[in-house]
Amino acid sequence: MMRAVVKGAASILAHTPDLVLLGSKPTREIPRFDGLYEECMAHLRSHEEAVAYPPNQAFIGNIRPDRLADVGKPWYEHPMEGAAREGPYGEIMPEDEFYGLMKAADVFDLIWLEEGFLSRVAAKLQSHPLLGDLEGLEGGKAISEIKGKLDRQEALPLNLRGELVGCVCRAHEEDEDLRAEVILEGLAVKASAFLALRHLLARVSPTDPRDVDYLLDFGEEAIGDRYQRGGGNMAKAVGEMAGCLNASGVDVKAFCCAPIHAVTCGAALVQAGIFQKIALVGGGSLAKLGMKFQFHIKKDMPILEDTLGAIAILVGEDDGVSPVIRTDAIGMHRIGAGSSAREVYEEVVVKPLDKLGKRIIDIDKYATEFHNPEITVSAGRPDTPLINYRALGALAVLRGEIGRGELDDFVRKHGMPGFSPTQGHIPSAIPFMGHARDMIVGGEIENAMFVGKGSLFLARMTNLSDGVSVILERNPALKGGD
Amino acid sequence: MDLENQARIKQLAEQYGNKSLIVVLGAADPDSSELVAETVTTGDPSYAGPLTEVQLGLPVYHILEPEVKAYIPPEVYEEQVALMELALDAEGIATATKKIRDNASAGG
Amino acid sequence: MFAGKNVVAFGERDGVQGPAIAKCLAAAGANVVFTVTECVV
Repeated sequence: MMRAVVKGAASILAHTPDLVLLGSKPTREIPRFDGLYEECMAHLRSHEEAVAYPPNQAFIGNIRPDRLADVGKPWYEHPMEGAAREGPYGEIMPEDEFYGLMKAADVFDLIWLEEGFLSRVAAKLQSHPLLGDLEGLEGGKAISEIKGKLDRQEALPLNLRGELVGCVCRAHEEDEDLRAEVILEGLAVKASAFLALRHLLARVSPTDPRDVDYLLDFGEEAIGDRYQRGGGNMAKAVGEMAGCLNASGVDVKAFCCAPIHAVTCGAALVQAGIFQKIALVGGGSLAKLGMKFQFHIKKDMPILEDTLGAIAILVGEDDGVSPVIRTDAIGMHRIGAGSSAREVYEEVVVKPLDKLGKRIIDIDKYATEFHNPEITVSAGRPDTPLINYRALGALAVLRGEIGRGELDDFVRKHGMPGFSPTQGHIPSAIPFMGHARDMIVGGEIENAMFVGKGSLFLARMTNLSDGVSVILERNPALKGGD
Repeated sequence: MDLENQARIKQLAEQYGNKSLIVVLGAADPDSSELVAETVTTGDPSYAGPLTEVQLGLPVYHILEPEVKAYIPPEVYEEQVALMELALDAEGIATATKKIRDNASAGG
Repeated sequence: MFAGKNVVAFGERDGVQGPAIAKCLAAAGANVVFTVTECVV
């Protein structure tokens, strides 16, 4: 039986401090309070600071997430020495280049960039090792034209360190679902997902884009128009930009659970022999930029939710090296199952382990939720990764696998600190995918379980939550260490 | 607390009476517990929602408090709560919730 | 304490969820008038 494997995963960040002001919470709160705009601007980080921020270095693969436990706290006061913009899994792109990327992603002339700014950015992107072939970087506008568009309230401003450099136009005069905010969200997803996919195919797991035969997008964005608000197929749009001429695609929607649903769907399609190389892609959430910004300002911290995250994963046919996806042990929260924490973990974690004759402690590393605790705890919210690991450990205690006193050790051994931006589907298990793949191939660990969770009730269509898990395991054909 | 939920709690307090409606929380840590407990007693501390400066003074408890656990049949508690009781900082959460509850009743 | 009382089950996704609290309180004889689970991250 053909097994599906994870051939590689790319994780990128786009540092977009000016877009923080267009995040959902800042957009609503800034008009309410005098001086909040100025305070917000004063607490935004530079690109260099974002690059040197330890969790961001873990996200692009320059350090293993476990290493963050040894870094002094708070992390934002302990920048990594010699931190590089590029890492094994991706890069941390600065805002000006990201605006250029959005322009290249825009095929309806909805992103207007000032002429001088555009030509400088185009030159930068031309010399980017992976982006020299980008098209659509011509057609800069005069600043007066841009200002006119903004004055007529037909667009949103694009600023760089507070200075106007462009705008995002609405796509329709009346259709609310094509207003500028929605277009900006969609293009931010498309551009960031493309960047992750480009890193994946050009560097991480070198593949001719024409050999990708299907794409699955797992983001939570909604693209469409007034008659089909969530029409979608961002997957195909991203695939087109990346040159996947022989592929089609589809979007997988399940709130934050979507990424792991996408992994299982991708694995099934490959295993069934329908496709050979599937790219899973997910772009960043503009709406979630600056969600906790008021708490960060209050504590005189930098605003840490200033990056868009994007991840791309390549699922392919067994190559004798890459970790296999155990499609015979998918965990899933059935509609009719109970919804207490215990019942959910029994369904999603224990049942698949039972199928393989494994105990909870037989999984080397769990990838659950990776929200950076520095972002959430400073806002009086939980350390979500820690709670996930403590719940798994608690279950191991209740099952008699470990003693109560071993709970902290369990967390250290089978878990890791959170390190991902709080971008919904992005922190949901998959930031560990690139690390897991390399750690399994390198012999550091034997296996990893990825557990996705989703708060479906937020859409007010059901009170259900969702949960899915998938196990990655050392390829049996791989002998010894790497 | 989500604005919709603040509005709903306010409406329920009006419907059932402030002293006849008990709120039982499931917040994940002491800070979250304090935040929600404050919102339903002395008002929304973040000045964002319908409960801003509205002092409902509702009796508020947390499901992990021993005085709540004592009233729940053990087999139900075991199935529904025991896992998170072990995973979370139950003592810290209980202390934080009790503190807000005691302050609210002392304040009148 | 809960028998015959009106209660709100106010859960949190990362903590104890609303329906779990509601089941406990109903088993203690309470009348659960509102159940919700907040998602705070």
